[in-house]
Amino acid sequence: MSDTATTYKKIKDLNRDELIAPGTPLCAGCGGLEGLRLAMKVLGEKVLTVNAAGCFTLLSVYPFTPLRGSWLYTTMASPVPAAQGVRDALDIRLQNGMAKEEDLQLMVVAGDGSTYDMGLSATSAAVHRGLDFIYFCYDNEGYGNTGFQLSGASPFGSATQTAPSTDDHPAGQELDKKDLFEIWKAHRPAYLATVSPREPMDLSNKFAKAKAMKGPRLFICLATCPTGWGFDPKDSLVMAKLAVDTGIFPLKEYIDGKVVHTRRPRKRVPVEKFLERQKRFRHLFVPEKRADLIARIQSNVDQYWGRYE
Amino acid sequence: MDVNTNRRIMLTGNKAAAWGARLARAQYVPAFPITPQTEIVETLSRWFADGTMKGKFTNLDSEHSMFSAAAAGAASGVRVFTASSSQGIVYGLEVLYTVTGWRVPFVMVNVSRALATPITLEPDHNDVMSTRDCGLIQLHAETCQEILDFVLMGYRIAEDRKVCLPVLVNLDGFYLSFTREPVLLPDDKAIAAFLPPFAPVQPVFQASRPMARAPAVFGGGNYMFFKIQHHLAALQAAAAFTKVAHEFGARFGRFYEPVEPYRLEEAEYVFVMSNSFATKGKAAVDALRRGGVRAGLLKLRLFRPFPADAVRNALCGHAKVAVIDQNLSPGTGGITFPEIVAALYEAENRPQKILSVIGGLGGKDIKEEDFLAVIEHLDRPDFKGPLFLFNENDLTQFYKLQRIAS
Repeated sequence: MSDTATTYKKIKDLNRDELIAPGTPLCAGCGGLEGLRLAMKVLGEKVLTVNAAGCFTLLSVYPFTPLRGSWLYTTMASPVPAAQGVRDALDIRLQNGMAKEEDLQLMVVAGDGSTYDMGLSATSAAVHRGLDFIYFCYDNEGYGNTGFQLSGASPFGSATQTAPSTDDHPAGQELDKKDLFEIWKAHRPAYLATVSPREPMDLSNKFAKAKAMKGPRLFICLATCPTGWGFDPKDSLVMAKLAVDTGIFPLKEYIDGKVVHTRRPRKRVPVEKFLERQKRFRHLFVPEKRADLIARIQSNVDQYWGRYE
Repeated sequence: MDVNTNRRIMLTGNKAAAWGARLARAQYVPAFPITPQTEIVETLSRWFADGTMKGKFTNLDSEHSMFSAAAAGAASGVRVFTASSSQGIVYGLEVLYTVTGWRVPFVMVNVSRALATPITLEPDHNDVMSTRDCGLIQLHAETCQEILDFVLMGYRIAEDRKVCLPVLVNLDGFYLSFTREPVLLPDDKAIAAFLPPFAPVQPVFQASRPMARAPAVFGGGNYMFFKIQHHLAALQAAAAFTKVAHEFGARFGRFYEPVEPYRLEEAEYVFVMSNSFATKGKAAVDALRRGGVRAGLLKLRLFRPFPADAVRNALCGHAKVAVIDQNLSPGTGGITFPEIVAALYEAENRPQKILSVIGGLGGKDIKEEDFLAVIEHLDRPDFKGPLFLFNENDLTQFYKLQRIAS
């Protein structure tokens, strides 16, 4: 594509149009939905959203769709190869003379459950093939739609329904969060970025950049989750700000072979400020404060940023 | 090679399937190899790579992915072909259930192979039977000619405005996939008249037609509406089959019925079979008839929708029927057997005896002596079945193998 990317400088520059109508049954305060809403404003109407099983499957419940564009629900593990099929078919039709105006941008929308776990294999193959598509992962660090069970994205020290905190397993989740950014980066996609619903300019500029490119363009969106993480929906964006300010959720992009941090917290807020406000980390504070476990979380974050400081 | 004239050439079953896709001008082939179908996708790969076929051939990473790509391609307006077998079919079975409900047309070939466990390569029909409830249309081929013809007919049936469902054409691994038989390749112009380019009757994905497909449906009544609609579409495929087969016969000289009767005139004993081993069954019928035994055979071609009327009409008036299933549902018996019995239950002159016979599992040969054993057991009023075509000699051979290990 020869288009140069739009650059958004102020909030006022953003598209005022809503491309996702309100009224879906998604949770109040869903950070992922806010991220998708912002992304759609950049991408426009000519988008086919290809969905995997997860919270966002509930965006379209017969007979309703909130999208101006198109939607295809697939399975939990195969939204990406389905996108491959659409892309291949549209390319064939373009070659046979279909008008360019009829072409669609393909966007896979999947949660961390599909993305980090069941769908990872098929995604790996598609990125390797160089599929021209956008991938939007809303990461709420658990299998949310089924009631918040453990996923490969669940961070150390978080409690989920299938890895609860007990005396024998005080941390709850005893493994570190899978580093999907690194896994995807090893595939050398055309573009890769993390985004936050609380950083609309950062998010919008990243999507604008991606919109002007071809090939696999992959996004991990922080999906603050009142229902799964245990906080009041009204605090969703506060939680998102804390995730970034503590350094727990790095805002970065991979482009032209290099990783660039697009927002770097100058003085990181202690992770405790993020953890103490969520029920999924409550066991780190009650009945007794687990300073050792909190320290481990802090240490992970410090080690990450230590590489870039 | 020149396909502007009718040419009879030797083709393996796999090559016949590939030729079917080529003559149908399939535009998109998402592929994944598996024994014994691999030759199909290898052939198509070469044809797309050298420009013989126009469109796209994409190597997918699994059958689950492959079927997703196939149906999504069909939903986006191109004619799609794919192929699989056995473990691949069941690996992608979730997607087969999913995409039949999308109501998009495409043709897929299954080259039958027995399912693990034990893991093996040789054929039986448990793999194709695993798809019988997922909502696609099923045709079973006995010969390489049938394979080619069914692929061509399959597109007409799948793309029929009252059907819009995937069509599966089954052929036996090894016995048919790798066996060369003479196949008449129809004239290119005649095929073009029979099978014009894909003209979707459903809206397809493109910018001017935003739509939501396959969204969640809640409320049992609402879900059930869609499944009844699906069932009606599958039933329509029977009418479509007849209409298409009639036109196919008129154009190409080969008329196909949903079932094929073989020497059923005054037959006292009837074997019900499908796929390539029906050839063995017909040979056994000939041998029995020469020996004075009035045997006949009914071959199933259309399996979904199940041709109950045709089966009933063919089998009523015959005394003893053996349904030879090359498949097994452990704990009950053959899978086709109950479908045959259900089709016959209410008929006044239904056969007095219907015996379930299980043979050919894992590609085990069914020999003339086996057909004789079936006749013998049909004559025993006390024998209830199922009859397993596995005898003392087979057991002895197995024990020999076992002794090597111990």
